[in-house]
Amino acid sequence: MTNESKTPLIRLAKRDAMDPKKVWAIRIGSIVVALILGMIPILMAGKNPFQSYGIMISGALSKPGYIRQTVKKAIPLLGCALAIAPCFKMKFWNIGAEGQITMGAIFASFISINLASHIQSRFIVLVLMMLAGALGGALWAFIPGFFKAKYNTNETLFTLMMNYIAIGIVRWLQGGPWEGRPGTQIIPMFPDNARLPNVFGVYCGWIIVLVLVVLVHIYMNYTKHGYEVAVIGDSLNTARYAGMNVGWVMMRTMLLSGAISGVVGWMLVSGANGTLNSDVAGGVGFTSITVAWLSQLNSFAMIIIASILAIIDKGSATLQTKLSVPASVAEIVSGILLFCMLGCEFFINYKLIFRGKKDKEVQA
Amino acid sequence: MQKVQSKCAIELKGITKTFGKVVANDDINLSINRGEILCLLGENGSGKTTLMNMLSGIYQPDGGEIFKDGEPVAIRSPRDAFDLGIGMIHQHYHLVDVFTAAQNIILGLDDGKMDLGAVNEKVKEICDRYGFDIDPKKKVYDMSVSQKQTVEIVKVLYRGAEILILDEPTAVLTPQETDKLFAVLRNMKADNKAIVLITHKLAEVLDVSDKVAILRKGKYIGTVDTKTATAQSLTDMMVGRSVKLNIDRPLYSNPKDKLVIENLTVVDGEGIKKLDSVTFTAKSGEILGVAGIAGSGQKELLESISGLYPIMEGSILFNGDDGSQIELVGKTPMQIRNIGVGMGFVPEDRLGMGLVGSMGMTNNMMLRSWRHGNGMFFNKKAPQALAEKVWDELEVVTPSTEFPVRRMSGGNIQKVLVGREIASKPPVLLTAYAVRGLDINTSYAIYNLLTEQKMSGAAVLYIGEELDVLLELCDRILVLCGGKVSGIVDARNTTKEEIGFMMTTVGGKGGKE
Amino acid sequence: MNALVLLFGAAGAYGTALMFGTLGEILTEKSGNMNLGVEGIMYMGGIFGLIAPNLYEQAVGEGNANPFVAILLAIVAAFAVGALAGALFSFITVTLRANQNVTGLAMATFGTGVAKFAGELRRLQIGGYVTLSNDLKFAFDNKFMPDFLKNIPIVGRIIFNQSEFFYMGIILAIAMHLFLTKTKTGLYLRAVGESPVTADAAGINITKYKYIATMVGGGITAIGGMVYTMTTAGCVWIEASLSGTGWLAVALVIFCTWRPLNAIWSSILFGALMIMYLRIIVPFFPTELYKILPYVVTIIVLVITSMRNIKDKQPPASLGVNYFREER
Repeated sequence: MTNESKTPLIRLAKRDAMDPKKVWAIRIGSIVVALILGMIPILMAGKNPFQSYGIMISGALSKPGYIRQTVKKAIPLLGCALAIAPCFKMKFWNIGAEGQITMGAIFASFISINLASHIQSRFIVLVLMMLAGALGGALWAFIPGFFKAKYNTNETLFTLMMNYIAIGIVRWLQGGPWEGRPGTQIIPMFPDNARLPNVFGVYCGWIIVLVLVVLVHIYMNYTKHGYEVAVIGDSLNTARYAGMNVGWVMMRTMLLSGAISGVVGWMLVSGANGTLNSDVAGGVGFTSITVAWLSQLNSFAMIIIASILAIIDKGSATLQTKLSVPASVAEIVSGILLFCMLGCEFFINYKLIFRGKKDKEVQA
Repeated sequence: MQKVQSKCAIELKGITKTFGKVVANDDINLSINRGEILCLLGENGSGKTTLMNMLSGIYQPDGGEIFKDGEPVAIRSPRDAFDLGIGMIHQHYHLVDVFTAAQNIILGLDDGKMDLGAVNEKVKEICDRYGFDIDPKKKVYDMSVSQKQTVEIVKVLYRGAEILILDEPTAVLTPQETDKLFAVLRNMKADNKAIVLITHKLAEVLDVSDKVAILRKGKYIGTVDTKTATAQSLTDMMVGRSVKLNIDRPLYSNPKDKLVIENLTVVDGEGIKKLDSVTFTAKSGEILGVAGIAGSGQKELLESISGLYPIMEGSILFNGDDGSQIELVGKTPMQIRNIGVGMGFVPEDRLGMGLVGSMGMTNNMMLRSWRHGNGMFFNKKAPQALAEKVWDELEVVTPSTEFPVRRMSGGNIQKVLVGREIASKPPVLLTAYAVRGLDINTSYAIYNLLTEQKMSGAAVLYIGEELDVLLELCDRILVLCGGKVSGIVDARNTTKEEIGFMMTTVGGKGGKE
Repeated sequence: MNALVLLFGAAGAYGTALMFGTLGEILTEKSGNMNLGVEGIMYMGGIFGLIAPNLYEQAVGEGNANPFVAILLAIVAAFAVGALAGALFSFITVTLRANQNVTGLAMATFGTGVAKFAGELRRLQIGGYVTLSNDLKFAFDNKFMPDFLKNIPIVGRIIFNQSEFFYMGIILAIAMHLFLTKTKTGLYLRAVGESPVTADAAGINITKYKYIATMVGGGITAIGGMVYTMTTAGCVWIEASLSGTGWLAVALVIFCTWRPLNAIWSSILFGALMIMYLRIIVPFFPTELYKILPYVVTIIVLVITSMRNIKDKQPPASLGVNYFREER
């Protein structure tokens, strides 16, 4: 054994606490790294990455019309991330937001299709639709929550399978009972009194989600429920010790989460799309997981992250039309973003000690 | 590479190790000789295990050097340690439950194919040589604690270890099993192996060792020959000053039956009886000690009383001050609380059960009061006040009441937990291993808190592992053996031997051998 | 009866893709790594397993391609991309210690994104569907067993009327079973997944085992995606058609109780469920609802396995938990 190898080249040590400024520097640094890595697919498509990023940003923000479309994309992402946050805080891996949105959309559409023509008041119709949407999403989330609480059934797969079932049901509805002109596989557009009004050119869902941001923040940080969720997320045994009914809290949190997703589903049919189709969630349920995690489950940070992802999404659509770079570059970039953010926490929690610097570190 | 073996197998020079801001080992010098049993003595938290973990490759030192037979060596991984002939038997056994003994023994060896027949042969040979007895085909989950320990020792010997380190090997053994282990260790010593025994039990040190090295708060104090040492001289070196070994034990004037437990029987998830017709009474103004080998049903007993463990049969009656009797069986912890039965519970697993590691003191205080008040918002004022009170009165070392308790030291964590549990002056206080891992000063602080509770009329249950403490702190001692009550004795008129015997045999002297 | 035989005969084809996906994830999970990114990895395997022979055919000219080389290239390309994904997953969870659940989900998004991107890019390059010549298509879905075997009643259709990948999958399952139960390396791998502390103390290099198992597992999983594109999908890249297969594979791992041999029959069974709507028509029952059957069955299986809690049918004890030596 040589003397050189007496201590390993790199060792790890846990940090006590890092200067918050440094923490943010690392996080922002990781976003920069992600954007640089995101250039690779663009280069592979034979395009100039800087020009491409420029097109993405201008395609998302350069005109009021573009901004409106970007906001339209951000609304469900933000709403759904808010829905997921309590579940993830509880370490309940609900990846079924996609299905919960879809179910909420189905229930809301039921009101529009069956009752809207009988009720004059737009307000009443919309409220009814919202309640129905919340009910649908809550129901869809409750089922896996119930089995998790009762039998500890794996919630990740359960919620996921529920997505496919919900989407399957819409496919059946749009080709069957709710089909408009026979053979079209399309559900007719909703009547005006079942549509959400626009505010500043975008359907008013953005106001609803901003209200939700505040409500979820209060719920998570100042209520007994939020406290229970946080304790359960840290240690199930401690929660039981404190007398919490863990099973019920899980079911209740899933009901709430599903209800919010359901409301998002209602906003999508009533606001963004004007009707129901099987692509109503369109991956929002998955992308919002990225939003929730990148913002460290902080409601206000979600506004920023949802906006960034919406810009990438809208921008990549423009990129496809202008430079014919496939729009799926958005998924790649958001995947890389998530990888980098996950990885960078390591550098916040640990410090690397290199062999040469050993003595200095010991003194410090 | 057969060299002339020097007597000194391992030498440590100036070893230093820090975790964050905590200095676990500070400039330690130590030599370990062949044909000797060296006891590494020190209180819990004095850095014994950390030091030995650096020899077994679990940790790397931040400073200092390790010499094997005079050559400087680097031990970067457990594998390096094996290659140097160093084997460590950890306090928590490193065995795969679903594997057999033989499969566990060959884990990590790269000597060609998997030939379990040959392994069994060699295992038998080792067993015969030193006087063990194990079945190589038995699965670990079917084994008793002492059998598991045997597998660990054989595993190390199978690798040809010549330096054996045992971390608190007797903590989970009965006195009889301990004697057997010591006999084996003496055989190994005769075989010219170097043996290091980590312990804090003085009697064992004096019984088995040749030399004693003492650590105190991460610092090396010195090495003495066991022949010249006495319990008092070792204690002095260990704690640094003469401590009063007596714990105050005042008598409460007017004890009343507080908890009447009859025929309590519980089974675990696999259908094994963890408590079997347990019957006893806990009185107010009394500390009732609970002794027993680890895993004799102590944990289940406390969890059953506090409503956390499903009860198969039996009754737990709580006598209120007003003469009312309340049956606790079948109630959830919340229901027990809501009908006004105050109960404090200091569980064994502090961060996994008693506290929320990621939260600060205030939010941890809230664990007992979060439901107070109407409406959906919690009230943070009362827990904040309590946190400040505990911080102040129990001298908890923490930068703020928001600092995550996970990052505090063991003693401070325990103070937070005990402080919260006694805050409401509960008529029943349940504690499990309340001083485990704490230094002597904190331990005494905890003893005093418990005695205070007793003198204010609480019925205190104290599950402990050190018989000396049980004998001096408690009024009566209940001994559990395999889930049964082996007997209840007056702590003032019993001996360690009597309790030790009851721990292994139901009924003590009256039972079968 | 005849319909059932036809169903299971066809199920073998779809089931083979699932079998590879499941086997790969079993290997990964045996090391204690729970890679939820199977969906993304199968997607990537699906496209790169197609692009590789497609490029090869383009290079040598249509008609000159050696089918054996083409198959080998497809396998190698799929395996390589899966192994890379496994390495990435290991880097983030083992080396950088991030949460496995979220990393897996990120992998699912990233992988599907990469696959769609690559598929679209290749489509733009060649100005049409990414596909192979008919000769190669035949080679990939070659039911090469002799007719007398195929003609054995029932068994012939189900077992012998299958492509080469079906038999590779079965051989792989048996090999993996032997590896895990009869070899030292297999024993050590299981130790890493059951109790990393123990394995570490025994001198087993946890990081190495986790990396290798996750990479090989990812590679096998990706081959599953390739098999799907090259057999069931007929060597044509259609983005949406693979959707959900990877997630089913993750569910199947639980269904198999982490035993490779169980993967053989359970993947065929699930293959049958996936295509049942085409083979066994139930009058008046809408096809779209029929199609959700496998997902419903998966849920039922999940619930039932969680209700019966049998000790030796549990996941590796440290599954999904990251191991840090200095933090015990």
